Amino acid sequence: MSLQACDLGVKGRLEELTLALNLGEITAICGPNGAGKSTLLSCLAGLLKADTGHVALDGEWLGRLRPQERARALGYLPQSPEVAWDVSVEVLISLGRLPWRGAPATEAQAAIDAAIAAMDLEDFRHRPVSQLSGGERARALMARVLATRPGWLLADEPLANLDLGHAAALVHRFREQAAAGRGVVLVLHDLSMAMNHADRVVVLDRGRLAADGPPVQALSEDVIARVWGCPARWLGEPGARALSVG
Amino acid sequence: MNQRLILILLLAIAVAVPLSLLAGRVWIDPLVPETRNASVILMQLRLPRAVLALVLGAGLGAAGAAMQGFLRNPLADPGLFGIAPGAALGAVLSFWTGYAASAYLLPVFALVGAGGAMALLALIAGREGGVALFTLAGLMISSLAGALMSLAISLSPTPFAMSEIVTWLMGTLADRSWREVWIATPFTLAGIGVLVLAGRSLDALTLGEAAARSLGVDPRRLQALMIAGIGLTVGAGVAVAGIIGFVGLVVPHLVRPLTDRRPSSLIIPSALAGALLLLVADCLCRILPLAGGELRLGIALSLLGAPFFLHLLLKMRRGLA
Repeated sequence: MSLQACDLGVKGRLEELTLALNLGEITAICGPNGAGKSTLLSCLAGLLKADTGHVALDGEWLGRLRPQERARALGYLPQSPEVAWDVSVEVLISLGRLPWRGAPATEAQAAIDAAIAAMDLEDFRHRPVSQLSGGERARALMARVLATRPGWLLADEPLANLDLGHAAALVHRFREQAAAGRGVVLVLHDLSMAMNHADRVVVLDRGRLAADGPPVQALSEDVIARVWGCPARWLGEPGARALSVG
Repeated sequence: MNQRLILILLLAIAVAVPLSLLAGRVWIDPLVPETRNASVILMQLRLPRAVLALVLGAGLGAAGAAMQGFLRNPLADPGLFGIAPGAALGAVLSFWTGYAASAYLLPVFALVGAGGAMALLALIAGREGGVALFTLAGLMISSLAGALMSLAISLSPTPFAMSEIVTWLMGTLADRSWREVWIATPFTLAGIGVLVLAGRSLDALTLGEAAARSLGVDPRRLQALMIAGIGLTVGAGVAVAGIIGFVGLVVPHLVRPLTDRRPSSLIIPSALAGALLLLVADCLCRILPLAGGELRLGIALSLLGAPFFLHLLLKMRRGLA
């Protein structure tokens, strides 16, 4: 199930962007504020119609897919996701089954149970969302996406507002999902997270593709100086690098 | 959980209906069969009134539950879309032009008014599909209809027409017959059906607009369902009984803690609870002693609803503090 962006353009936000994303790996989208990261993710999720170009899922243009088909293939977690009503964790996760209207109830329950297990939420199954900590809530929202059993996980800044421990735990869960064969695409602000945990990094600068490749290349000190406009140095060993700025 | 709640509400309605039939200015004791004109009072006055209370209450309760789900706001009320003021404006025009003298034309005018408000709402907000624009369009239509109603009242041809309009706007089920039941029931039931159809999309909206769209919700289809569902239920209610507020606000609140809190789980229980509330409230209005007639249902519910709304606001403020 391939996901490709061809000559994607959104007026004032993205320019002629061509990308082919791969299943089984974590792709991080990085860039300074206003670079077009969230716009690109919205286009990839089929939520924003590009002015030029298109996004194709398995060669089929997203705009031509029925919304339900698209929803079954592409799981999307928005930035600062809201939960309007104080539902239980299980009910929240069951919302991920909405695109599977008409599927057998046993299949739905199995998908919900699997998502609860994958995000280690068994103890919180019946707890109202308002009584969860930030980290538990982030895991519950991720489980909601997993309950759809999509081929792709697209998350916009999923680690924002999480402390270090919870962020590391969530990244570990993303890694498990990629290892299970899903394509994982994350918009990340934290370059160290992208450097240490992504398989591939796409760097955007004012709507254009500035770099694309393994983290060591795409987030090299030269690229950071050029795109973010500040001198920076990577410290430490591969897989546990820290960024020193200034 | 939902099935048990629905069963309990149905049982409560089954108990409340016969009791409400016995209460009124003339009390009917089932053990004393000699009450004068008992069968006429029951079959021609109280039964249609009870059925109308159930139908309109169900429509308002379901509309309130769907509206709160759509706007993701527990303070939302079906009146926000401007459909009730639109219907009321239609009715006011029927008084103003004198067509209200014909029993069928008043509801027809009101339904046309509701339809006009629905069309205007769809025209302004229909393309974009965003909730914020939709709400603002509803508020604009409300205030426009309100201003036109005031204009019609101030220019009313006779003091009698003015008094008729003002009294009618207060909302009541008094003196309603089977005719009103036949007019309101099909529209209301169709409206509730449409709102039930929107349930899954409203559930997805719990996660916000972007996440709902990513789950396959078509915002324009949902908006069309909401306009049709709210328009049919609220429009039919205003057409036969005037403006009855607060049921749509209060009922979903009372019911929500008894469900799993998904908007779709709330629609049918809210319809049943709305039916029960309006039946009981109308019965109380009928038996409360009041000089010069009976307490208007619309006024009674507003008197009860306003403190409830204040209580909600204070509770939310405490929650935010």
